Amino acid sequence: MKFTGTESYVATDDLKVAVNAAITLQRPLLIKGEPGTGKTVLAQEVASALGRDLIQWHIKSTTKAQQGLYEYDAVSRLRDSQLGDDRVHDISNYIVKGKLWEAFSAAPAPILLIDEIDKADIEFPNDLLQELDRMEFYVYETRETVKAAERPIVMITSNNEKELPDAFLRRCFFHYIKFPDPDTMRQIVEVHYPGIQHDLVREALTIFYDIREVPGLKKKPSTSELLDWLKLLMSESLTPEMLRERDPKKLIPPMHGALLKNEQDVHLFERLAFLARRQERQPPQ
Amino acid sequence: MFINFFYELKNAKVPVTLKEYLTLLEAMKAGVASYSVDDFYYLSRATLVKDERNLDKFDKVFGTVFKGLESVADGEAIEIPEEWLRKLAEKTLTEEEKALIESLGGFDKLMETLQKRLEEQKGRHQGGNKWIGTAGTSPFGAHGYNPEGVRIGQDKSRHRRAVKVWDKREFQNLDDSLELGTRNIKVALRRLRKFAREGAEVELDMPDTIRSTANNAGWLDLKMRPERRNKVKVLIFFDIGGSMDSYIRLCEELFSAARSEFKHLEYFYFHNCLYEKVWKDNKRRMTDTMPTWDVLHTYPHDYKVIFVGDASMSPYEITYPGGSVEHWNEESGETWMRRTLDIYPHAVWLNPTPERHWGHTSSIGVMRQLMEGRMFPLTLSGLDAAARELNR
Repeated sequence: MKFTGTESYVATDDLKVAVNAAITLQRPLLIKGEPGTGKTVLAQEVASALGRDLIQWHIKSTTKAQQGLYEYDAVSRLRDSQLGDDRVHDISNYIVKGKLWEAFSAAPAPILLIDEIDKADIEFPNDLLQELDRMEFYVYETRETVKAAERPIVMITSNNEKELPDAFLRRCFFHYIKFPDPDTMRQIVEVHYPGIQHDLVREALTIFYDIREVPGLKKKPSTSELLDWLKLLMSESLTPEMLRERDPKKLIPPMHGALLKNEQDVHLFERLAFLARRQERQPPQ
Repeated sequence: MFINFFYELKNAKVPVTLKEYLTLLEAMKAGVASYSVDDFYYLSRATLVKDERNLDKFDKVFGTVFKGLESVADGEAIEIPEEWLRKLAEKTLTEEEKALIESLGGFDKLMETLQKRLEEQKGRHQGGNKWIGTAGTSPFGAHGYNPEGVRIGQDKSRHRRAVKVWDKREFQNLDDSLELGTRNIKVALRRLRKFAREGAEVELDMPDTIRSTANNAGWLDLKMRPERRNKVKVLIFFDIGGSMDSYIRLCEELFSAARSEFKHLEYFYFHNCLYEKVWKDNKRRMTDTMPTWDVLHTYPHDYKVIFVGDASMSPYEITYPGGSVEHWNEESGETWMRRTLDIYPHAVWLNPTPERHWGHTSSIGVMRQLMEGRMFPLTLSGLDAAARELNR
């Protein structure tokens, strides 16, 4: 069982090695990287490439580790007891399975995506240490141990909002998705919009990487923004020539709304355009 | 097998543990890396490095430890380069460029020189105009500006043998002494969070409700409790103007991060050293000031105090009454600093001046002594250490 990238996802060599290491040794894989570099998509692609189910667990600031295992629905049981319902005698009626339990009991072993683990409380990863390591946990209410028949492939993404504890990191493989270089980016674009005009892509990529180089940008545009922008350019049927014209007055690229998501960044560009115009009017002596 | 590598990593302060080392061996045994140096590099990176801040250190260590391996690969490169380079050059050069090459004595001459250089060259090279390396103006090497240049390792990723992946050290700007962005600052400041339940009872306290209901023989007894909130209180004093102007952006970032992170945040400005007056608005700093005594009286001692300043001034500005450059101060800055520190036991000084320059300015030493050593550089790791200090 090896992951070699898919038709709709360009995986670099280092990413493939990391994913395959995680699959072979059945350890969790922790993925970090700039927003919009395809961390979450990776799990979906691995799942479809290996033909496994994908179980997604999106973490919020209020998510508790216990919710991933199971929850004891005490309130319904309380209500049932007051109404004299018969179900009340069996406590297992009120145990609600969490995503981890779901992943442990599914066969064949699915891919479990724990998305944005850094959103949760600082203690969250620590609470899952044993569960992810041994792939088993104990249900106190029913006194049973849930154990994964087949260890699921666990992928964890993080946006670096919080540091993860060392003990947790020791148990994972780690991969940092770096921002794709122009060659890889061209492949990514090709994969998403097959048959797109090469000239258009070339011009668009030049502008895109130029924008990323501009010092002082609050939010650098990322892959997903580039893809959106290209889609816009195509639907407006802009020609490569229109992108190429380096008229200083049009320093702000067309449809910049897809690339610059911050009014300060747009201002910065307008200022740069203004400076460029002024320089043109007074050629250097 | 790779014990040496493991210890070198440890020496370079990459946090690796035995468990990770064993995982690496296990993965090698399972054949994940399939006997190629690049794969082994990727695998060991995924196994041993758990934080992108350490990737650069890792690359450096990998480069030195496996220098032997590298030279084997290089040896091959020296043996075959002629036809390989010729092919590459023919593919990438236009007719015009080839004509330009003639200016250096023709293509064969170029290849000859290149081969000689390859043999002469001892190590990797960056910049300059003679040796083969990257980003230079020599005709050889990648990413250069010489139109006569032969591109090595720039055309396609398959041909990157000339530049080792780890040699590129692509992750170098993620080292942890990098300048701060607000997001990073927020992460560092999060260490300061202290949760407590206070105020109106709005949340259902489930465990207590169940316990009380059980005690109540099954009759529902609802218990409420207040919501959890971040309770830490922070008081920041910013040095403003003069020598601080060059750090204004850094301070702005720190300020905006702190502002969104803490509910109880108060800030004041001062100039060079804390004296009897502080202010909140720099435009009206001469007219609209607040006596420092009032600040000390208003905010209780459980506030955590952060001073932000370069502490670069004449030492007299700290130690003598009347030392201030702007006005006549009755009491010395030192007196005011001591007073503040007596009231607020949790205090740190963040200094945007790079730590290695601290020794050159005597006032930094004086201020550091006043702070009992609690002065930290305004970098991510410094901020982290400061947050730890404040939490003690």
